Amino acid sequence: MNRNYLLKKIFQSLITIFLVLIINYILFRVMPGDPLQMLMRNPKASGEAVARTKALFGLDRPWYAQFFLYLRQLLHGDLGLSFLHKKPVLEVIASRILPTLLLAGCAEVIAILVGTVIGIVSAWKRGKKIDVISLSFALVTYSMPTFWLGIVFVAFFSVFLRIFPTTGMVTPGATFISEFAHMVDIGRHLVLPTLTLSLVMIGEYALIMRNSLIDILTEDFITTARAKGFTEQYVLRRHAVPNALLPMVTIVAINLGLVIGGTIQVETIFSWPGLGRLMYEALMNRDYPLLQGIFLLVSISVIGANFLADILYSYLDPRVKG
Amino acid sequence: MKETHAIRRRKAGQFMDSFRKNRMGMTGAIMLCFFLIMAVAGPLLLPYNAMDFGVADDVFAPPSREHILGQDDMGRDVLRALISGARISLSVGILSTLISMVAGTFLGIVAGYSGGKIDVLMMRFTDVFLVLPWLPLMLILAAVLGSSIWNIILVIGLTSWAGTARVVRAQTLTVKERQFIERARAIGAGNGYIMTRHILPNVFPLVFANTILVSAVAIISETTLSFLGMGDTLHPSWGMMLHYAFESGAASIGAYWFLLPPGLCVVGVVLSFTFLGYAFDEILNPKLKKR
Repeated sequence: MNRNYLLKKIFQSLITIFLVLIINYILFRVMPGDPLQMLMRNPKASGEAVARTKALFGLDRPWYAQFFLYLRQLLHGDLGLSFLHKKPVLEVIASRILPTLLLAGCAEVIAILVGTVIGIVSAWKRGKKIDVISLSFALVTYSMPTFWLGIVFVAFFSVFLRIFPTTGMVTPGATFISEFAHMVDIGRHLVLPTLTLSLVMIGEYALIMRNSLIDILTEDFITTARAKGFTEQYVLRRHAVPNALLPMVTIVAINLGLVIGGTIQVETIFSWPGLGRLMYEALMNRDYPLLQGIFLLVSISVIGANFLADILYSYLDPRVKG
Repeated sequence: MKETHAIRRRKAGQFMDSFRKNRMGMTGAIMLCFFLIMAVAGPLLLPYNAMDFGVADDVFAPPSREHILGQDDMGRDVLRALISGARISLSVGILSTLISMVAGTFLGIVAGYSGGKIDVLMMRFTDVFLVLPWLPLMLILAAVLGSSIWNIILVIGLTSWAGTARVVRAQTLTVKERQFIERARAIGAGNGYIMTRHILPNVFPLVFANTILVSAVAIISETTLSFLGMGDTLHPSWGMMLHYAFESGAASIGAYWFLLPPGLCVVGVVLSFTFLGYAFDEILNPKLKKR
């Protein structure tokens, strides 16, 4: 792979992260309420105490000095203290990452597999009944607010049919005879949130796979392959589909931002103890340091994912030259 | 000038002909008309007062002859709330889309036409907005600005222009190279004149198709923001209805008449915008025609 391309992409990603830091900083500076007031929480503090606190947090310095102070703290992994949890933001966030990774990971894998298969079938049987059905399915799920689908699932599967639990990650107060029973319990709690989150993504993946494959099928090398006398199925499996899969790499990375939006909604509906739920709680309690920390973390992971997708794509498709 | 108008009118006629033959587009148009009539005329026929609470027996009362869609957690008529919500949801969707359209078109044309450093800088900025996780950004902005209906419109508008800017820039780059632009410059037209009089009309069809798809996203955004507690309590949209439905436990009570209609309306509106957007894209985008 081209080294210049790699360097250029790294440079671009770093600039994007820097811009995110600036936006983050500005956003939380215009926040209603002076940071000093939030720190002091005491209107009767003496002038000397105010000055000392100001100096302690660097608030007496000009804005650019404050910005560099903020950057230095970030580099040391210091994201401040959560108002709500009275603990360092980084610690609070770290305790919630795993459940979100589990939920989003399962949903993403299912959505990619099912979406790709639907897209392939749809493109192959273009204009036939099955194409119309899967296209309608994709557009309808794409048009649904994620949280609403979640509530409908709760009402149907948990309240009406009573086959899946409504909230949380484990049954409250339950003791498990074995580690396996514990996993089964988590699995049962995982079904509905995963189903909700993957359903809203399947539609998009299916549409993109379908369009990509239809484009590929009009290309000359497909006609050549057909002319060589290969069967339709062979052409599809060996020539068309592998090439049509390429754009999916980028889409999965771009979609990560959307998945994060989805987890906020799904985790709120199902009280799943992950980052999305944490963000909702921080929002409801106006816990600004925590909000800022979560936003920074998710932005950097999305930028990182896009960087990896670019690199992977240029490796898979050598026609791309930075 | 007269000839230009004639050409544009003929193109508009061709467009309408292709549109009428497009089944997806027509379905979308009919569905959208239904919701527009509901939003414009509905409240005149069935006025709604959010303070019109019912007595204890009315709370979560199932559909009856008097209340076709039943009553909500406060004993209010769901159908009336739904109709009044249509007006709010659609207004927020359309107004925020306008902001996004103006911002995206402006940035796209200026970046594409100027080229060079300005272009690079503006596109880097656009990429940041394209990459940033959309819902967290909107939630934080709404929390910072406070949740009045105007702030929600602003927040959605300010976070959804990046896609439009990209599309417009790409189109501007091709239009800019055409001969009539050079001719206009030769007879002394200024940059501002060329951008508004020559480039804008030529990128507008694409902006239009893109805008319709943005409207769909805007409606979903408003619903989600309101649902997550960032909505304007004085202007109950469909998202606010769903917020109250969830908070009051309508799902565990089985009050489907309170839970389903607002969600189905959102799906209907978003679907109609998506259909229209796809149809326009199919008709206007020459790349798609050959398939």
